Amino acid sequence: MTQNKPAKGTNFLANLTRNQLFIPVAALLLLLVFNLIMDPNFFKITLDHNSVGDPVLSGFLITILDSGSELAILAIGMTLVTAATGGQDISVGAAIAISGSVLLRMLCGSNTRPETLLMPVLVAFVITCVVAMLFGAFNGVLVAVFQIQPMIATLILYTAGRSIAAWINNNELPIISEPSFGYYGGFIPGIPVPTPFFIAIICVILIALALKFTTLRLYTQAVGINEYSAKLNGLNPVFIKILSFVILGLCVAVVGLIKVSRFQTINYSVIAKDIEMDAILAVALGGNALSGGKFNMTASIIGAYVIQCLTTTLYKFNVQSDALPAYKAIVVIALVVLSAPIVREKLSALMPKPVAKEVA
Amino acid sequence: MADNVVLQMRNIHKSFPGVKALQGVDFTLRKGEVHALMGENGAGKSTLIKVLTGVYGKDEGQISMEGKEVLIHSPQEAQKNGISTVYQEITLCPNLSVAENMYIGRLDNIYQNWKKMNSDADKILQSLDIPAKATQQLSSCSLAVQQMVAIARAVDTDCKVLILDEPTSSLDEQEVEKLFKLMRDLKARGVGIVFVTHFLDQVYEICDRITVMRDGKLVGEFEIETLPRVQLVSKMLGKELDDLSDIQGEYSTYQNKEGEAPVFEAEGLSSDAGIRPFDFHIRKGEVNGFTGLLGSGRSESVRAIFGADRILGGNVKVNGKPVKIKKPIDAMKQGIAYLPEDRKRDGIVGDLSVRDNILLAQQVLRGFLKPFTKAEADKIADEYIKLLSVKTASADTPIKSLSGGNQQKVILARWLLTHPEYLILDEPTRGIDVGTKVDIQKLVLKLASEGMSVTFISSELDEMLRTCSRLIVMRDGRMVGELSGEDLNQNKVMNTIAGGERE
Repeated sequence: MTQNKPAKGTNFLANLTRNQLFIPVAALLLLLVFNLIMDPNFFKITLDHNSVGDPVLSGFLITILDSGSELAILAIGMTLVTAATGGQDISVGAAIAISGSVLLRMLCGSNTRPETLLMPVLVAFVITCVVAMLFGAFNGVLVAVFQIQPMIATLILYTAGRSIAAWINNNELPIISEPSFGYYGGFIPGIPVPTPFFIAIICVILIALALKFTTLRLYTQAVGINEYSAKLNGLNPVFIKILSFVILGLCVAVVGLIKVSRFQTINYSVIAKDIEMDAILAVALGGNALSGGKFNMTASIIGAYVIQCLTTTLYKFNVQSDALPAYKAIVVIALVVLSAPIVREKLSALMPKPVAKEVA
Repeated sequence: MADNVVLQMRNIHKSFPGVKALQGVDFTLRKGEVHALMGENGAGKSTLIKVLTGVYGKDEGQISMEGKEVLIHSPQEAQKNGISTVYQEITLCPNLSVAENMYIGRLDNIYQNWKKMNSDADKILQSLDIPAKATQQLSSCSLAVQQMVAIARAVDTDCKVLILDEPTSSLDEQEVEKLFKLMRDLKARGVGIVFVTHFLDQVYEICDRITVMRDGKLVGEFEIETLPRVQLVSKMLGKELDDLSDIQGEYSTYQNKEGEAPVFEAEGLSSDAGIRPFDFHIRKGEVNGFTGLLGSGRSESVRAIFGADRILGGNVKVNGKPVKIKKPIDAMKQGIAYLPEDRKRDGIVGDLSVRDNILLAQQVLRGFLKPFTKAEADKIADEYIKLLSVKTASADTPIKSLSGGNQQKVILARWLLTHPEYLILDEPTRGIDVGTKVDIQKLVLKLASEGMSVTFISSELDEMLRTCSRLIVMRDGRMVGELSGEDLNQNKVMNTIAGGERE
């Protein structure tokens, strides 16, 4: 979205590789081609019926669309936090546990096996959003006001978050039997495409509108690149940084809803475990500098689906789940190194140079 | 070829995407001479030096040291060939000792004989007459001494060519003197020194030869005696310069109406940056200035006016109405604009485009929910790039890749775009070539004649005397005098700064 217009007379290939979207898109294509060669079944999508008899699509691509959407939503918030503060939030998984726990507490009260929900899901979700945004603001205040490094600041919630989540429900594991609650993380009757995908689309549209009709992009980038200068131009860097964490909090609440809805319950210690790392990877894979400043939202979102595509591919090849992170690390190293600005510079230097022209 | 030629650069070419930075430049340096490299911003001085030190590769041309061709691909290789550089900003580690700074990166062994290192360092410091001890922490030295330590580090590595890239821009006069003494010592030892600076006085004080560049091309090499100042300036600008001494007369002064309240008035204003409470006012169409030595509180005073530091007390009136200015945005809403002293730290937003840098302040004033449309942004950016003749490949170019003077113009454009009533310029001409300097001075007077109030701060007194109609003199965080009319002359100002008996 922030790409410069290519200068005249440049080679098409050089332009292509210089584009920030090149690496994530190329990685996605590479993964898909790899799967196509190894086993075309990867692309098979079947129309089944679930236990209630509603039509649902299933297949590896659908899994990517489904789980990747959670990641894409988180990547939106993580991109803003990264850009504004030059650091990352590692408490995302723990914060999702808190959000999920708050949501269940609102819907179930103290009864862990409710027949009916205590309030409409929408109301409970709004309350969850407020709580998640408050926790985001807590991280934001530590980072912006007390100037603690983001990773250290969010380490607090990373450590404490899952205990807080368990405490909210008195360590009980409420289970919701109401089927309509399962729509958000599963399927809406009659629509065979998983709902998280639609939720992700809504989030993407919202952030696209925010970037188009507000100055969020300019302010975030200015604060991320030069805080002093931003301040002397009338901006409030403290507020902008907290705002980025609050927006991430909102993303966390949305993913919390999807997660809890998917399982109809919660497991405090494993829900959304290590998801923050995937979200950070999505941002890095999108070619965004983890040290902050300029960002490309589209690239981050595509990056999220690439990460999920990689995870799913590895699952498909029956990589044992405890060996999974190791395999993933290898691929991720390659991708992240390739998209690092320093390597990209070198790569584009190999490409034919644009013709220099005289400046008037 | 004469025997005493130590460095020869022939027909150097270098292009960046969209710009030909160097076109067939020659440069010759002899043993034991101080050779000034002069030119406007964007003339290609920095690029030439970066090619010489291996920061950039050259597209064409050859470099030879003492007659033998050398290939330089990195600063380390340059150093091995005897080329050392000291940059404008000090690039040492302030929390290490002087000796550690001198030897850092050159320690070959795992085992380091610290005692020997310290005594070696002391010897070098003594021989160069640098007032520092080897074990002293670098940050406890003055800026000038730090600069000298950087030079000591550079010359210790069997240095044949020493490049000083604007070493004096952050030093006061006495410190410059000390530095010059060191340069003369080195010169006597046969080191060839390349001296890049904007200060003409300094060039004529210390240099033997001048090489002038313009627009990436060589204008010529001159012996200092054969090139009077006026000619040097006109060679740098590529045009005959009209008399610089009186530009004030070209613009009519703005006529104040009877009984008009000052545009800005402060009473007992003080901030946490260490200035005593001061009173200040400026009328419509007035150009005044704060003067004083470095660290006298002149910048801190204008920062307090703009709300850039934490305000501790004082009453402020804008156009006669009391207002509260706690933060920069408060000041901006009152029509005050502030071009900061430290362009790199406080001015530019490096990675953002020239366009975004121009729009930033005005966009903040418009508010969060009213972004400029792409078409509006393009139009405004192009208009101001043209208005201030900013040299940039396009409005999309990141501002950090522009030369210093052009960055300054972009920041100036940013504040002009907000159409301020009161414009504060803190060192707008520092590190900027003569041509742009005069442009900025003229612009200030033009804006004032149209009714804008301007506060102008500069380290160069004659520049202040040329533009300001009233000078406020600061010393040690305190306002010690105010001069106007006939008192506006060099002697009077110097006396007041120094604290003469008249006070």
